[in-house]
Amino acid sequence: MAELWTNYLWPLLLIVIHSFALLAVLLIVIAYILYADRKIWAAVQIRRGPNVVGPWGLLQSFADMMKFALKEPIIPDGANKGLFILAPIVTCVLGLSAWAVIPVAEGWAVADINVGILYIFAISSLGVYGIIMAGWASNSKYAFLSSLRSAAQMVSYEVSIGFVIITVLLCVGSLNLTAIVKAQDGPYGLLGWYWLPLFPMFIIFFVSALAETNRPPFDLVEAESELVAGYMVEYGSTPYVLFMLGEYVAITTMCALTTILFLGGWLSPIPFAPFTWVPGVIWFTLKVVFVFFMFALVKAFVPRYRYDQLMRLGWKVFLPISLVMVVIVAGVLQYTGLAAK
Amino acid sequence: MIPALFFYLFAGICVASAVMVVASRNPVHSVLFLILAFVNAAGLFVLMGAEFLAMILVVVYVGAVAVLFLFVVMMLDVDFAELRRGFDNYMPIGALIGVVLLVELLMVVGAWVIGSGLPRTAVAPIPTGVTNAQALGLVLYTRYVYFFQAAGLVLLVSMLGAIVLTLRHKPGVKRQSIPDQLMRRKEAIITLVDVKPGQGL
Repeated sequence: MAELWTNYLWPLLLIVIHSFALLAVLLIVIAYILYADRKIWAAVQIRRGPNVVGPWGLLQSFADMMKFALKEPIIPDGANKGLFILAPIVTCVLGLSAWAVIPVAEGWAVADINVGILYIFAISSLGVYGIIMAGWASNSKYAFLSSLRSAAQMVSYEVSIGFVIITVLLCVGSLNLTAIVKAQDGPYGLLGWYWLPLFPMFIIFFVSALAETNRPPFDLVEAESELVAGYMVEYGSTPYVLFMLGEYVAITTMCALTTILFLGGWLSPIPFAPFTWVPGVIWFTLKVVFVFFMFALVKAFVPRYRYDQLMRLGWKVFLPISLVMVVIVAGVLQYTGLAAK
Repeated sequence: MIPALFFYLFAGICVASAVMVVASRNPVHSVLFLILAFVNAAGLFVLMGAEFLAMILVVVYVGAVAVLFLFVVMMLDVDFAELRRGFDNYMPIGALIGVVLLVELLMVVGAWVIGSGLPRTAVAPIPTGVTNAQALGLVLYTRYVYFFQAAGLVLLVSMLGAIVLTLRHKPGVKRQSIPDQLMRRKEAIITLVDVKPGQGL
């Protein structure tokens, strides 16, 4: 019995506690990231943004969530009920489960698995199912067409994201996220992180992350000024909130992934004393927030892409560039002897 | 004990969803059950310590292949009465193939005794102390490099074939030339005219 406790039950309990702690922090951070998104957007347009609920509107996200949760969920008559309910749950759960492997500080990951980056890639490639299922189960041609559009977009940009990840992995020599961060640790601080040596890939990853998470300027999915709400047009109340939550979790995951792959994860940007005393989780959070700030600025500044231009950018620009970069990086590593042993 | 528990969980769901792929009436549900079967197969791979294969299975089959299946099935309006009509004609052939497969499976499983020295007699010995991805890479790019490249070529040819079969440039359709657009300069397309008042152009 004691063996069962030490070998199985206690680790299980620890994992559950870790997961709940991570989820609680993550959801609160997402509530404020939503708020920040609206505030930054408003500031760029010289508006005030949400400022009524709570001091400076700080409780706006929670008020919105309550409003959605208290509404009546409506399931259309011709909808496929099971899939209609399942789709938002799939989106949200998949988004959250990606965070299981993300190390927020040294050793602070719920599961520090060997193939961490591949796990995140697999989970994010599953995200397309929530969209397809929602579009099909709604039994509405608008939702279905939109889900086709959105699925095509996600599948296209996943390819270039995959190649960008491969270039980073070539430099690291491991699929483990902790190892990826540790490989960027060096005497030059932030100049040694991969954003500088792999600069074009950093840009491609950033833009592809925008497209992958359906952020503006690639928000062809919902494009509120031209289309209705895309594949979630038939959704309301809690299922809709789950879609929104899933979307913002995916955005935070992409910010965290950018941080880990290119911005040195939890490492301090200046590698000497007073800065290295700061706990890693603070550096990590600051970097994630910085990347999200860039996402929000792009949303505020850049006009929306046309759909054919979006596809062209993904397939005819990013894919060849990232493919060539994989070859170049592999060649440089091989012939300069810098390759990871 | 726990691995066995998970094995039966994954294997049970995998078999059950495989049955549902065939049995469910709605083709979209069939594809979704197929996806469930893939995911559970990935779980079985993880139990065997092949986490790289498990993730690749999810990325390739669930993330890409099954999405295509789902697209096709959703867009086709499948009429089941129509499909069932030929059922009696194909029944004997189908049953024959099923029986052959069953007999083969029984022969394999019936004669299946794992020798204790079997892993050592494998063509490429299983290396210890390296991760999955590294171990696969070590055999894939050395011993099996020609097979690997040949498989890649087959995929390339099939991709080119699909493009050649579907790519049609209709005459008379206006297309946007991106390089031309990027090369446009304002000197070439805008002329400023100084219009005198009351005269017009």
